Amino acid sequence: MLEFLLRFFGRDTTASKKIAKERLRLVLVHDRAGVSPHLLEALKNDLINVISEYLDIDTTGLEVSLNQENDSVALVANIPILRVKRTFKTSPETAVKA
Amino acid sequence: MGEVIVITSGKGGVGKTTTTANLGTGLASLGKKVVLVDTDIGLRNLDVVMGLENRIVYDLLDVVEGRCRLKQALIKDKRLENLYLLPANQTRDKTAVSRQQMIDLMAQLREEYEFVLIDCPAGIEMGFKNAIAGAEKALVVTTPEVAAVRDADRIIGLLEAAEMEAPRLIINRLRPDMVRKGDMMDIEDMLEILAIDLIGVVPEDEYIVISTNRGEPAVLDRHSRAGQAYRNISRRLLGEEVPFLNWEAGSSFMARLRKLIGLG
Repeated sequence: MLEFLLRFFGRDTTASKKIAKERLRLVLVHDRAGVSPHLLEALKNDLINVISEYLDIDTTGLEVSLNQENDSVALVANIPILRVKRTFKTSPETAVKA
Repeated sequence: MGEVIVITSGKGGVGKTTTTANLGTGLASLGKKVVLVDTDIGLRNLDVVMGLENRIVYDLLDVVEGRCRLKQALIKDKRLENLYLLPANQTRDKTAVSRQQMIDLMAQLREEYEFVLIDCPAGIEMGFKNAIAGAEKALVVTTPEVAAVRDADRIIGLLEAAEMEAPRLIINRLRPDMVRKGDMMDIEDMLEILAIDLIGVVPEDEYIVISTNRGEPAVLDRHSRAGQAYRNISRRLLGEEVPFLNWEAGSSFMARLRKLIGLG
């Protein structure tokens, strides 16, 4: 009913504030990640720790970055695998030693 | 020992100087001893907004470089007994002052005054770094626009990195009519994005243009809506619990209407 009335009076139902908010959200993902390179660096180190529990990876060839496609931002990690472990344990201590 | 509060925004033209002038005048009208410090060296404006431009003899730079005593550079307000202005220098630039000189100056001012309000220059360079150096609290001014909120986010990050007390947000130039139509970000939108506490919302008000023309802060005018908002923020700075005005609360007429007819 209300939608109809709004349309009747020629108002675009996608309010421009929604567009503003969405653009702001995307731009801030990049701003905040770009401003603190430590964030991606710390994330990378944590990723190495977690993944190493399951796989032997090439930590020097590991890349972590943000990719933007139209209206979403994705975290993209390129992790070269050297070897899959035959046995794994979820306890972090054993995994680090292995 | 007084409080040193810096008013900052990142982006220019969102109302830092107007906010500084009005909050300083508001606090002084509530009986506090206040000094306003213009740190926008080379582009001073606080003197004009306060209507004190004809009384400047010495400025901030004269004080830090020892050409005059602090008392000589302080300009007494026309209207209020307990309000003073320390103007910026207009001929030099931001590099003329060092961080340590600002810290020392603020330490000196807080001995005498209950509130030291610093009008910060736009940008994130040396002028900004100097302006926040001697402050322990910050107010971040933004307007409901993508560019202003983006810059406010950057400033909040820098204030956090400088280990300042959590800054509080002032949303300036809000147009309740546009918010109702969904053509302007509302208060909740901005608080959600910036994730800081709100201290006040100042509506767009033609009276600000008129009062700036005259050099008389709107906070002293009982009829100005923006003035009312500044009076409320001044009281909140004193720790009073002041209820938010209807346009500040964010409950739009449309939302209420929807609720009424069972759509919301």
